[in-house]
Amino acid sequence: MKEHRKTAIGFMALRLPLIATVIILLTIFAIVGNFVITGAPYLSWEFFTAAPTNANTEGGIYPAIIGTAALVLLMTLAAVPVGTITAIYLTEYARQNSWFARTIRFAVNTLAGVPSVVFGLFGLGFFIQTIGGQIDEARWNKRMEVFEQTIQANGSPLAHGKIATVAEVQTYLTSIPDDDWSEQATKFSAFPRGTTARINDDIAKRYIASSVELNWGKPSLIWAALTLALLTLPVVIVSVEESLRTVPRDIREASLALGATKWETIRKVVIPNSLTGILTGSILAIGRGAGEVAPILFTGVVYSAQEGPTALTDQFMHLGYHLYILSTQSPDVDATRPLQYATTLVLLGLTLALNLMAILLRSYIRRKQAA
Amino acid sequence: MQERPSPDRTAAHLSRLEIRPSLTERNRRIGERIIEGGIFSIAALSIVFIFLIFFFTFREAAPIFFGSEKEETQAAVFDDYKLPGEPEPAATATSSSSEQEVYNPESGSAPGVRSDSAAARGDSATAGGTATDSAATTPAAGGDVEVYNPESGSIPVSTPESAQTDMDAARAIVGNDYPILTHESPVKLSYLAYKTWQPNSEHPRYGIYSILIGTLKTTLIALLIATPLSILAALYTAFFAPKRLREILKPIIELLAGFPSVVLGFFCLMTVATVVQTVFGIDSRMNAFVGGIGLALAVIPIIYTITDDSLRSVPGSLREAALAVGASEWQAAYQVMLPAATPGIFAAILLGLGRAFGETMIALMATGNAGTVSWSFFDPVRTFAATIGAEMGEVQHGSPHYQLLFMLGVLLFVFSFAINLVTEFYVKQRLIKRFRGSE
Repeated sequence: MKEHRKTAIGFMALRLPLIATVIILLTIFAIVGNFVITGAPYLSWEFFTAAPTNANTEGGIYPAIIGTAALVLLMTLAAVPVGTITAIYLTEYARQNSWFARTIRFAVNTLAGVPSVVFGLFGLGFFIQTIGGQIDEARWNKRMEVFEQTIQANGSPLAHGKIATVAEVQTYLTSIPDDDWSEQATKFSAFPRGTTARINDDIAKRYIASSVELNWGKPSLIWAALTLALLTLPVVIVSVEESLRTVPRDIREASLALGATKWETIRKVVIPNSLTGILTGSILAIGRGAGEVAPILFTGVVYSAQEGPTALTDQFMHLGYHLYILSTQSPDVDATRPLQYATTLVLLGLTLALNLMAILLRSYIRRKQAA
Repeated sequence: MQERPSPDRTAAHLSRLEIRPSLTERNRRIGERIIEGGIFSIAALSIVFIFLIFFFTFREAAPIFFGSEKEETQAAVFDDYKLPGEPEPAATATSSSSEQEVYNPESGSAPGVRSDSAAARGDSATAGGTATDSAATTPAAGGDVEVYNPESGSIPVSTPESAQTDMDAARAIVGNDYPILTHESPVKLSYLAYKTWQPNSEHPRYGIYSILIGTLKTTLIALLIATPLSILAALYTAFFAPKRLREILKPIIELLAGFPSVVLGFFCLMTVATVVQTVFGIDSRMNAFVGGIGLALAVIPIIYTITDDSLRSVPGSLREAALAVGASEWQAAYQVMLPAATPGIFAAILLGLGRAFGETMIALMATGNAGTVSWSFFDPVRTFAATIGAEMGEVQHGSPHYQLLFMLGVLLFVFSFAINLVTEFYVKQRLIKRFRGSE
């Protein structure tokens, strides 16, 4: 009896791990298969090249693709150099158990564990409100200063104490040979004429000052990219570090023995030997960054746009956010099902392709190292 | 038994071979020093950013903890450009010493972005002041009574009777056990210890109890599903699977970590929700269970990878010894190897917990986002992270609601930080101690 029970437990104990593995694998295949089967029929050339129309219920995802690409590109430009250099410090310069190296490792682990939505809050509080706000304030002060100087030098209809008509102010502003000023002259056409046609110089100043737009202190592409870069930094660091460690010690020593300095050795021997690893890290970071939505929710993504972003301060559309909007916030969720499935397939395909590429590169590195 | 050296062992090997500074010292030039300094300071960035994240998330939430003196100084920034001959909205802002005005979003239509926000800030600062006054004039209701009528845009202090009726109406909405607040009245920590989270209602309520329960529920479900599955799967790939198969299986399971969380959320929204609804026959499509499954999908690769790694790092000699004294294959795996890897598995579960706790998009899409207080697994719930994600976009900068969302962010950050502290200083030390002797 006891023997029998033992074998029964043993039987289960040997089968359960297999069952668990199969369940996980089946789920993965179910997700991928589900989206490939339901999404593929809706993919079309137009879907990739057209802008969304009719409040996002029709049309394509072109601006979202461009927006995601721009975001990820900027993110990579920020995260990969910083991550690579940190990894170089950790492997080449730091002593393995120095407190500083351990603190950096701890910080990197912590960064990897911070919930992505907290990065979004940080982006809002730090990048947008603090840094962007400072930039805007400086621009605004500068503008007012130039304006006061111009008025004093030229004796304009806006000099202190005078009262001018809106038309006069407009003519005057257009005459200043700088594009920005004519832009502000247009601003004056929105001046409430019902109250008075003649305006006090102080009011004019107020209007001009207020017409300096909040370019940097608002959600935009650059801040979203930097926020994402922070999120993907640990991915780059860990992956580059791993590949730096595979560079054989002998090569470094040979280089040092030939009289190269430490930095020369790193630059000409270590880095070229681990380029594949740096590439892997970048690809993994791109894969991670392309799919994250929470950090960009309030740092730059926008509901709908006709074009991709053209400037750093533009807002942008994003594939993941587009999917979120379509599937939960859209007025008619059921009508946009085809769009949702197609967008999911594109996003999933993109991230899976990037991850597969990273896996292949990694196994290539390992094989090279083993050889 | 052939085994590739683990990364840790390689590291130890390399550090033993470390070149002494004296060898390279004479080759160093000034440029070398500068480059080294640059690399050092960039490496320090990760540490700097941890501090910055904490500081700037905390700073936005600070008025909740320390009261709101900060508001007034911010409002003063653009005061130089607020001039007496102004159109209506700015004029109210300049005479902020009188008690007449309360910020009225309807009439605040100055074209200037700057002046507008400045006026709003100035007014929200004064609204706090007037509200306290009104509480002083109508002590009958007791407690924190702060009445504000958005329709008329004027403070009802002038006529005590109207204040009384307004307050009765507000009481009808809010209930008897909660202070009547406006969207401007500063939030105290004590306001959070209630059930209902209704920050957008006319008289907002900021109780986080329901969100806390929702978060705990989804996290629990996610861990209950993910932990056994991923530990068993790790056992399979670490011990039972043929070597070739495990080389394929591991990357595939880890691929799950690369799935964007919106995609997982969408999968739950469409497929899992339907399946769960059909199987269990429940009313609400989106509920804690569906969200928990979604979170489990995100957590599985984390627990799996770390468990697999720590199972592999258990010295093979332990297993061989167990087999040699007559244990069967499964006994060696479950009774020797699994206990030996406990600290690693513990770390894996902790990190999974951190992920499930802070995951935003899946929770936002699949949990139903309703702040109901219930312990049933099949009721719609709302989590901390989803609350931030859903409400941050529409909230007015600097308002109490905004500060509260940042406070939730601080909570999430502190929680994940604590988890990392535990894994770093407890789990790793245990692991090192356990295997130092046996290697």
